[in-house]
Amino acid sequence: MDLYIPIIVLGVLAFGFAGFSVVMGALSGPKRWNKAKLEAYECGIEPTPQPVGGGRFPVKYYLTAMLFIVFDIEIIFLYPWAVAFNRFAGWFGLIEMVLFIATVLVAYAYIWRRGGLEWD
Amino acid sequence: MKCTTEGIAGFGCDPWWLIGGKALVIFVFLVLTVLLSMWVERRVIGRMQLRIGPNRCGPFGLLQGLADGVKLALKEDIVPAGVDKVVFWLAPVVSAVPAFISFIIIPFGPTVSIFGHQTQLQGTDLPVAVLLVLAMSSMGIYGIVLAGWSSMSPYSLLGGLRSSAQMISYEIAMSLSFVAVFMFAGSMSTSQIVAGQQHIWYGVLLLPSFLIYIITMMGESNRIPFDLPEGEGELVGGFHTEYSSLKFAMFFLAEYINLATLSALATTLFLGGWHAPPPITTIWAGANSGWWPVLWFLIKIWAFIFFFIWLRGSLPRVRYDQLMKLGWKVLMPISLGWILLVATIRTASREGLNQTQLLIYGGITIAVVLVGSFAWDLVATSGRQVDPYAEPERATAAEPAQGGFPVPPLDLPHYHGVLPETAARKEVSSGTH
Repeated sequence: MDLYIPIIVLGVLAFGFAGFSVVMGALSGPKRWNKAKLEAYECGIEPTPQPVGGGRFPVKYYLTAMLFIVFDIEIIFLYPWAVAFNRFAGWFGLIEMVLFIATVLVAYAYIWRRGGLEWD
Repeated sequence: MKCTTEGIAGFGCDPWWLIGGKALVIFVFLVLTVLLSMWVERRVIGRMQLRIGPNRCGPFGLLQGLADGVKLALKEDIVPAGVDKVVFWLAPVVSAVPAFISFIIIPFGPTVSIFGHQTQLQGTDLPVAVLLVLAMSSMGIYGIVLAGWSSMSPYSLLGGLRSSAQMISYEIAMSLSFVAVFMFAGSMSTSQIVAGQQHIWYGVLLLPSFLIYIITMMGESNRIPFDLPEGEGELVGGFHTEYSSLKFAMFFLAEYINLATLSALATTLFLGGWHAPPPITTIWAGANSGWWPVLWFLIKIWAFIFFFIWLRGSLPRVRYDQLMKLGWKVLMPISLGWILLVATIRTASREGLNQTQLLIYGGITIAVVLVGSFAWDLVATSGRQVDPYAEPERATAAEPAQGGFPVPPLDLPHYHGVLPETAARKEVSSGTH
């Protein structure tokens, strides 16, 4: 736990600084009310009415996030293997990892062929 | 508690004043680096574009960053009417805090004596130190997404989404480029990784990993050539379009701190950390002890920051589909293949295979892959043989009546000025996109 105390100390310092700056920015600047200024900026035209909650966005982003989770978990499995790599005896560690990566590669090839990696 | 041991065991036993002092020094170092790198960037870019760059605030314009900060603080802090207030205020903080935290595990130098206390020049070290940096960079993405979402503006939303999709895509290739380093160092702690590079830098030993890291580092930092989230022509400012005053400054600060962190991580993992460059150590044995390593570390970091700026001055922006294609279809498979290659070679050399055997087995593998791909090609194309001597089909211009695209005739008369029926234009409400 002692190892984590400096992280918390720096985190508190950074949070204090960022919070102070954000509040200071609101207090130190001038305030001149103007209706047009408070609208969302769209290069001068009237802003598009935004649905509550941000509305819809392309499903591509959702797909990218899902793929990210799959492959990020794969990488998380690779890390302990890499750290312990020097302690494996013989070909066992390598073959196990080749099998695992091959399994994930099947999913990767499937996504590729189905066009999940195309962005248009 | 004994604190003189090297490695992980040497951490976690600093007195309270040293913990606070180190955190404060890292904090001040980061803020100064941001101010200085803003100045360096603008000066260097200025020179590259045959301009002078800022030279009015202080000597050589060195105080330009500070002047910008003060100016931002004195500007009106606009909170647009439709925004989600809580998230809008929280996003800059969420973006800035993780950026600071990542730097705590970066080793600045070896063990030194501070007021009679032996300590290593590093905030702290964990058995999973590099994972902390990855986690914090993911937390920073939350700030960007929340900023884009809470602004209730199409530009902000699209900018935030683009930015996060880009960063998570490149984070995969980036995390994969670390695996080979962990394999050689046998640890994820930054001090151990630096200690493992005493004789040869991993950037030389694992050059493909290093190159992949450099490319993904550009993608992670949202800078040219991958600065799609801020493509000015399309998205104005991207996720921070609606931000002003010091809230905007927090995003700016986070971006430049991330630049410094990525440079420091590259230095630590691939360029030997605080170790002196090889020619210096052969001439001068004391280069790797005392406070000198801090100098080598800073030189390496600034070389990377200069490299970032240099790229910004030289490269155009890529297209978004090219960016995603590079991340998912090129960098990721290459990284995975490289990891397997390194693992195979290391296992083989550990198992006592000599070079002849390695070459034979490698040759057999390559032959099998080639024959396999040839057989696959035969099977896949056997169904659709094309007669090379057949007359090619003439491309016929499809008429609109036959379902072709309606193209206006080329001999249409030009008109100048406004036609009577279009002169009185009806007002059109602005469309969605």
